[in-house]
Amino acid sequence: MHLRRVNPFKEILRPLGQLLIFIAGSAVVISAITLLLAVLLRPTRSDIDILQVTLVLLPQVLIDGITLGFMYAIIAMGYTMVYGVLEFINFAHGEFVMFGAFAGVELLIWLNAQGVLKTAELGLALVWITLAVLLGMVVAGGLAVTTERLAYRPLRGAPRLVPLIAAIGVSFLLQDTMRFLQSAINGDFYRTFPEFGPFAQRLMLFTVNLDGRPIDVAIQYKAIMLIVFGVVMLVALNYLVNATRLGKAIRSVAQDQKTAALMGIDVNRIIALTFLIGGALGGAAGVLWAFRFTRVDPYMGFIPGLKAFTAAVLGGIGSIVGAMLGGMVLGLLESFSAAYFSIFSRGAFGAEYKDIFAFGILILVLIFRPQGLLGGKTTQKA
Amino acid sequence: MSTPVLELADVHTYYGKIHALKGVSLTVGKGEIVTLIGSNGAGKSTTLRTISGLLRPRQGDVRLNGRSITSTPPHKIVEMGIGHVPEGRGVFPALTVLENLEMGAFLLRNDAEFNRRIELVFQVFPRLLERIEQKGGTLSGGEQQMLAIGRGLMQQPDILLLDEPSMGLAPLLVEEIFNIIRRLKEEHGTTILLVEQNAQAALQVADRAYVLETGRITLSGTAQEMLHDPKVVAAYLGL
Repeated sequence: MHLRRVNPFKEILRPLGQLLIFIAGSAVVISAITLLLAVLLRPTRSDIDILQVTLVLLPQVLIDGITLGFMYAIIAMGYTMVYGVLEFINFAHGEFVMFGAFAGVELLIWLNAQGVLKTAELGLALVWITLAVLLGMVVAGGLAVTTERLAYRPLRGAPRLVPLIAAIGVSFLLQDTMRFLQSAINGDFYRTFPEFGPFAQRLMLFTVNLDGRPIDVAIQYKAIMLIVFGVVMLVALNYLVNATRLGKAIRSVAQDQKTAALMGIDVNRIIALTFLIGGALGGAAGVLWAFRFTRVDPYMGFIPGLKAFTAAVLGGIGSIVGAMLGGMVLGLLESFSAAYFSIFSRGAFGAEYKDIFAFGILILVLIFRPQGLLGGKTTQKA
Repeated sequence: MSTPVLELADVHTYYGKIHALKGVSLTVGKGEIVTLIGSNGAGKSTTLRTISGLLRPRQGDVRLNGRSITSTPPHKIVEMGIGHVPEGRGVFPALTVLENLEMGAFLLRNDAEFNRRIELVFQVFPRLLERIEQKGGTLSGGEQQMLAIGRGLMQQPDILLLDEPSMGLAPLLVEEIFNIIRRLKEEHGTTILLVEQNAQAALQVADRAYVLETGRITLSGTAQEMLHDPKVVAAYLGL
């Protein structure tokens, strides 16, 4: 009998398949609804052909949504894993993301000052970005472990509200610590991701003919990279949790801490490692976020953190697969509403209203499916 | 007499301000089944939790094979050779039967030894082999108890602590569980400290017994003596 053997191939293919289904599924559903709306609204506009505009924008909107979805999904892992083992919402997670982003950006700014970035071709540029992501992971992971040890562990066993308030406090503390550090060292509290490499170039996929007008469907190298990083991280995390000894220990601590201790598992160590993994993923997402949106500041973690938390709840908090789905759905919803709101409403609503839509969906899900899209049960552990 | 496998010397344990164990002393020798009987709230489960390190005694000493484990964390105590099958079974509901058994051997890295142990468990509990891919949470109460004991056996401990294995089971299953406990001793030489409310059944399988009342040992002796002790008969055997 080889009962204990895991099939690594299966453990890698399964999350890949799930991701593909989530991306394709939510993309198809949301695109279909949007196109239907465009067809219905077509007669209301005589100045432009809404359907044509919608179709022209669609590929880019999808790519934006998917890259955003990966970032939300990666950040959501930190919320959902910590919730899994402690039933605690770590509201300082967005600040781990921010610290990771600063660490990566500072490294790249320093490399840029040494003059090594400017000349970097695609291969070398990839190496630098990967280094920045790794540094972001180390810094954010270390910060998460330290925070757990100093701020959360002493409150273990206190009423639920107490660590929650502590987390909000930690969040403010970390924001202002970074603001202070940046102001003291650089005189200004925001930093900019240096521009380098050929990431802004586009890879031509194909050309569609729309009413005689040729439309290029292309994807930026940047977007390809964000997607590749996202896939690698989510698959690696799934493998870690489902197919390794450490993952088994994490899952058992999540189900029953006392019994896990009776199996010989050091519960405190597993909780610390959970923070380390969640924090490291958050740090990676922070660097990728900075890569995509270029500006980092001490308050940048708040909104992505809140949205990733929303994604985790949307998918079913505590569930890793759920967080992947929730992140994807939220990313696509946001990208679609940012692109089409103003077109469909004749400019009455701009892209700045995109969050209404995303959070409106959250409220609907919570009303009709409080356990989230993929959540099992809502009962709380004693 | 050789060193007992387990020895408690004047152990005091508190839940916050509540003084739950007020100086418990007991021993369990190699290959023995010792039972701890007493009513609800007497401190039986507290005694087991103190032994396995889930609770820390404020005073007194717990010794395993002569070594003090009083201030050792629970995961280390498991490593040193105590298996604790907790009250309410503690089956991981979202893990399969196989995964639950794997958790019992979490500290074991040798695959050959793992296979040897799991075959032994399936020999004692053939029902678990039939349910191998089923989630722990979907098993019946009796099967969950078998799984919990089987998982304890996967640890191959020097001493197995069983907390209320008959709780919530139908009479036929209770009999089956106690038969298995007897077989573990006779066929595998397992040392067991058994906590039970079902004193009748526990005394049938045990070698020796202690009676615990509100945190104190009030009576001890061989199981046979206990079965005929008028005080025990009146208070716990309910005839």
